[in-house]
Amino acid sequence: MSHAVTADDLRKSYPGGVRALDGLSLDVRPGEVFGLLGPNGAGKSTTVKILTTLARPDSGRAEVAGHDVLRHPERVRREIGVVAQRSALDPMGSGRENLTLQGRLFGVRATALRRRVDDLLERFDLTGAADRVVRGWSGGMQRRLDVALALVHRPGVLFLDEPTTGLDPEGRAAMWAEIGRLAAGESMAILLTTHYLDEADRLAARLAIVDGGRVVAHGTPEQLKEELRGDAVHLELRQPPDEPTARQVIALVAGLREVAFDGRRLSARADDGAAAVPAALAALESAGIGVAAVTVARPSLDDVYLRHAGRRYAA
Amino acid sequence: MSTATTLAAHTWWMTGRRLKVLVKQPAFVVILLVQPAIWLFLFGNLFRRVVELPGFGAGDYLDYIVPGVVVMTAVSSNMWAGMGVLEEIERGTMNRLLTTPVSRSAIMNALVVEQGISTAVQVLAIILLGLAAGADYPGGPAGLGVLLVAALLLGTVFSALSNTIGMLVRQRETIIGVNTLLLLPLTFLSSAFMAEALMPSWMRTVAHGNPVNWALDAARAAMSAGPDWGVVAVRCGWLALAAAAMVFLSTRTFRAYQKSV
Repeated sequence: MSHAVTADDLRKSYPGGVRALDGLSLDVRPGEVFGLLGPNGAGKSTTVKILTTLARPDSGRAEVAGHDVLRHPERVRREIGVVAQRSALDPMGSGRENLTLQGRLFGVRATALRRRVDDLLERFDLTGAADRVVRGWSGGMQRRLDVALALVHRPGVLFLDEPTTGLDPEGRAAMWAEIGRLAAGESMAILLTTHYLDEADRLAARLAIVDGGRVVAHGTPEQLKEELRGDAVHLELRQPPDEPTARQVIALVAGLREVAFDGRRLSARADDGAAAVPAALAALESAGIGVAAVTVARPSLDDVYLRHAGRRYAA
Repeated sequence: MSTATTLAAHTWWMTGRRLKVLVKQPAFVVILLVQPAIWLFLFGNLFRRVVELPGFGAGDYLDYIVPGVVVMTAVSSNMWAGMGVLEEIERGTMNRLLTTPVSRSAIMNALVVEQGISTAVQVLAIILLGLAAGADYPGGPAGLGVLLVAALLLGTVFSALSNTIGMLVRQRETIIGVNTLLLLPLTFLSSAFMAEALMPSWMRTVAHGNPVNWALDAARAAMSAGPDWGVVAVRCGWLALAAAAMVFLSTRTFRAYQKSV
């Protein structure tokens, strides 16, 4: 088994002609965290549903943990853990009951299961609430239990479908830390979908940007950003400039390219942002164009998304 | 584990999971038991004197309506089964279960078994309440056994129907609407509270095709002093067929649901 997950040319339309997937392909290597990044409606959840045997593609094929999802869904199910977009617990069951039932369904033996449940409760800091019904738990605790549930049978592949959507900043930070530990600790492949650029950037070893049901770019976050070659330089001018004049002035500055004006804002790209800024400032000042603020930023995934999807990222 | 023992174990766990929810809501359990008690005493007192109508054919009205309240209860509580399925779908627990190796049949079986258990508890409560109020059961335990079986089969018809509707329309309002629409006509187009002999003839014709009435025919035939086992067998047979057909339908709908995710 060379890959933990392979998807090849997946296509799926929903009734009413909504095309959810339009030839999506990806592969996840064993033990890595793979991010699937895209706005709502890009096809992330449909991909997860197909890979977790919930939905069937119209065409294309996919393998998870070495098993074909269409021909042997029951084998796939034994190997995967799934954390869905929304919490999916039995609200009237306690934390321990939720975990125990989940473990039984995977055939974990009674003694081993009891130990595993205790371990997971401990590890996700849920021991204190373990015997209270889940309905009264906080959103963050419920989310942690969702993840614990997905791990009870030690899956080889873990699917996390927007695990931090709806969490407060504190809950998100805790979840990030936990995902980081998961990635480091167990030899488990993780497929993470998110519409947060920073989340993908921070957690994923490799990622694919999805738009319109297909992968528009993939690689490590660094590779993707480096492809953009250069820093983003933003200048905020004191007044909206006379654009042709300003454009002429700035065109003479060495190292700046892809210049764009937007009201008082001037954006450009530079191989070495820090070096280009003084020259740009001097040129603008000498032309009588005052500058209020300057920022130089390393390329972000936002920029990567802009480049590949052709528009700003709006999650 | 073999397939059969896996199915049995999974059905058991899935049923236990749903029953636990029930037990943890004592108020709901109380309502389940109080409602038939109210019907028994309300209808029992309101219509007490209808037995005096010529041609009614029964001696004591309380004796007469025990099976009536039993079947009405079986219909009315099983009709809401679809709400449970809908909740599982909306809450996401259905999809979570579907990504585990749980037997798909066990999920559907559990719904039927859970409803059966709570129906059985209700039926027993009504029988005991009737006894406490002075009802006679001349058919003895065998008659009461048939009453229970008929109620369980009838309940399955309606819980499976409700599950089917729940999975198809995925809308609470539709289930509420269908139930409100069906419960009273189904009950009163049967011999639950009024002897068939006294119904207008068109009603009697409709009642013959009403599964609620099949359950009553079977129960009344078995609970009388001189049971007519032929009627019991035929009516229970029809009920069993109807229940099987509805369960089949709900299983098909469940498959369709799995494809629509």
